[in-house]
Amino acid sequence: MHWLPEGVSTYSPSIDTMFYVILAVTGVAFIVTEALLFYFALRYRARQGVRATYTHGNSRLEMIWTIVPAVMLVLLGLSSRRVWGDIKGRIPPTDQEVVIVASQFDWEIHYKGADGQFDTPDDVVIHNDMSLPVNKPVKIRLRSKDVIHSFFVPAFRLKQDAVPGLTIDVWVEATKTGTYEIACAELCGFGHGTMRGQLTVLEPDEFQKWLKEQEANVVPAEAPPA
Amino acid sequence: MSLKHEHELSFIRKYIFSMDHKIIGIQFLFMSLLFMIVGGFLAMIVRWQLGFPDREIPFASHLPESLNPADPAHYNAVFTMHGSIMIFLVIIPILAGAFGNFLIPLLIGARDMAFPKLNMLSFWVALPGGLIMASSFFVEGGTAATGWTAYPPLSADPQYTGVGLGQTLWVVSVLILGTSSIMGAVNYITTIVNMRAPGMHFFRMPLSVWALFITAILQLMATPVLASALGMLLFDRTLGTHFFNPAGGGQVLLWQHLFWFYSHPAVYIMILPSMGFVSDIISTFSRKPIFGYKAMVFSLVGIAGLGFIVWGHHMFQSGMNPALGTAFMISTMVIAVPSAIKTFNWLGTLWRGSIHFTPAMLNALAFVSTFIVGGLSGIFMASTPVDMFIHDTYFIVAHLHYVLFGGSLFGVFGALNYWYPKMFGRMMNSTVNTIHWVLTFTFFNLTFFPMHILGMGGHMRRIYDPTLYEFLKPMQPMNEFISISAFLLGASQLLFAGNFIFSLFRGKRAESNPWRANSLEWSAPSPPPHLNWGDKLPTVYRGPYEYSSPEVAEDYLPQNRPLIGAPTPSRTVPAPARA
Repeated sequence: MHWLPEGVSTYSPSIDTMFYVILAVTGVAFIVTEALLFYFALRYRARQGVRATYTHGNSRLEMIWTIVPAVMLVLLGLSSRRVWGDIKGRIPPTDQEVVIVASQFDWEIHYKGADGQFDTPDDVVIHNDMSLPVNKPVKIRLRSKDVIHSFFVPAFRLKQDAVPGLTIDVWVEATKTGTYEIACAELCGFGHGTMRGQLTVLEPDEFQKWLKEQEANVVPAEAPPA
Repeated sequence: MSLKHEHELSFIRKYIFSMDHKIIGIQFLFMSLLFMIVGGFLAMIVRWQLGFPDREIPFASHLPESLNPADPAHYNAVFTMHGSIMIFLVIIPILAGAFGNFLIPLLIGARDMAFPKLNMLSFWVALPGGLIMASSFFVEGGTAATGWTAYPPLSADPQYTGVGLGQTLWVVSVLILGTSSIMGAVNYITTIVNMRAPGMHFFRMPLSVWALFITAILQLMATPVLASALGMLLFDRTLGTHFFNPAGGGQVLLWQHLFWFYSHPAVYIMILPSMGFVSDIISTFSRKPIFGYKAMVFSLVGIAGLGFIVWGHHMFQSGMNPALGTAFMISTMVIAVPSAIKTFNWLGTLWRGSIHFTPAMLNALAFVSTFIVGGLSGIFMASTPVDMFIHDTYFIVAHLHYVLFGGSLFGVFGALNYWYPKMFGRMMNSTVNTIHWVLTFTFFNLTFFPMHILGMGGHMRRIYDPTLYEFLKPMQPMNEFISISAFLLGASQLLFAGNFIFSLFRGKRAESNPWRANSLEWSAPSPPPHLNWGDKLPTVYRGPYEYSSPEVAEDYLPQNRPLIGAPTPSRTVPAPARA
């Protein structure tokens, strides 16, 4: 059963698994507690001549329902920590880097260009249309020119705020070619809802071909990233 | 304070610039309910825009320019004001201001608050604060449009939103409302510590008082931090400082740390009082002592304490160090434990009770039922990797409404049903309020449950037209369904509003203890006179939950009723579980 949309990054399966594990644990807790609530309400509704049981509690029960949820929650925390560490703990070594500069209401996507360096006149700069090679880790350096934006690719399960004054590095390795959408997930002004970009995942040779075409199109006057 | 004093008071001193905690509580109540109408109306506009982005609102031409969501800038303004009004002018003032003021002295057996003048001031500061917020609808550029969280730089520089004065008024208004909160908190803490009736030990206080006490401590400790952040934001906007402007050496994330250091405890400020009310209501209408009284108290304390070390879970994707995210994840997971303890104890209270389904009880049961959902959905967000996907989606919107509407507001409906006779000396029509409960509970779930599913599909918050995105288009029918449910949810509130107003004038006269409840407020007349009790304050002999006690034939035993022949107990009678 798949309730989440298709995930196409190397880490999307582990995020989705974590989601389903939590769904299973909370689902059981939900059904048990709601069923008890409903059952008790019906079973112990007021009836003539039946007096409520006079009790102030039970220490053993309190211990059980303190310790069991605590253990469950800490286990969920620890397993989440492992997934989080795999995603955030390191960036896999890669020569494929992209700089994304967000501004109201535009994603400016920078590739190194022919000289293999950022911040040079031959950088490839494309607006709201990103291409990546499949099966290859890509390092994404996120910046913002004005306010906070959030780079969100639902199909990758990737979301990271772009914060003015900071450069934040994230990475992704796509596992399937195709066209996906980029959205802004942090309120950034009146055009927040329209800050949409397209993302195309290509076979490596197609990607190289595409990149060469873009490099050929570069007008050298293009400004380097802010 | 002479007992005869009340007869000398003019109308203005008695009902407008009153120092009576009950009148001040009712003033806060009316203020919050009026703002609830405004906030609810704004929610309807939001839902119209999301459900039917291509169709103009039928009554759009009658709205102020700043509220027409067809312009995306105005859409941001509408949800910003919905959130800001509901949080700062409805939930916090109705829980702490209205019920805190009305209930604390009555439940602990005091004649009034420790500082009646400060109490009066707290209302007369809150009201202008609210009016300043409301006035921003009518200024050039419209209201604040940066969400209730007001993240800079968006909120710090008018060039990013086109909103000038409106955002500044928002900052000033929240600062003033915070000041009022602090005044209230100082008063509540002092009153509860110093002015309990003879025999009212701390562990004989009703859980409503405990909850309001802990809430006041949270307010006192957290609100000044918000004030400091608001001060810096105000300086950035008006004096040209650069606290949050990186170009001038400022730090953008500083705001988020300070804001959430207040606002996460504030989330508990907005739910703990309801937890207290619900505990009292469930015990009363189950005719059974609350299960695990001390566990209930310590879990309130636990939530409050842990509430100060979880703020970073709002910032997992903000650029904060991921290792810090892990620490905040673990503390956030742990804070779910006291919430679980409370839920199990409510269930334990129902177990083998004798349950009376009054409207107050139905709303309290709705609180438990929706709080379970809101509590459990929080675990998804606590998990840092899962949050990477669902952060800033409708999953969050669903979660926060399950806690704040499903939790806080059902608690408020329960409390209003329960204490209305004491406040106004009249009964509300219980049939109407039962129908109101059925409709509200149904449409609440139909409105907010599907939002979880939108969020699981990646549906972002705060976008004004989901149909612009290919991946969201298939979900548009669900958005329409949610909107229609929301309109019906809104319409259902007319029943309650009508009943509330009608009963003020025509409701059946209430006796002093209509629910056969134990706590001290029911020993005063309905409504209680100035200074609450006659010549003599009640003396407390036991805890507030002695229902179906074997010591008496009736199924309740008020805290102030001496038992002939029985020695005056020196300690709390029950030996509740130690958690």
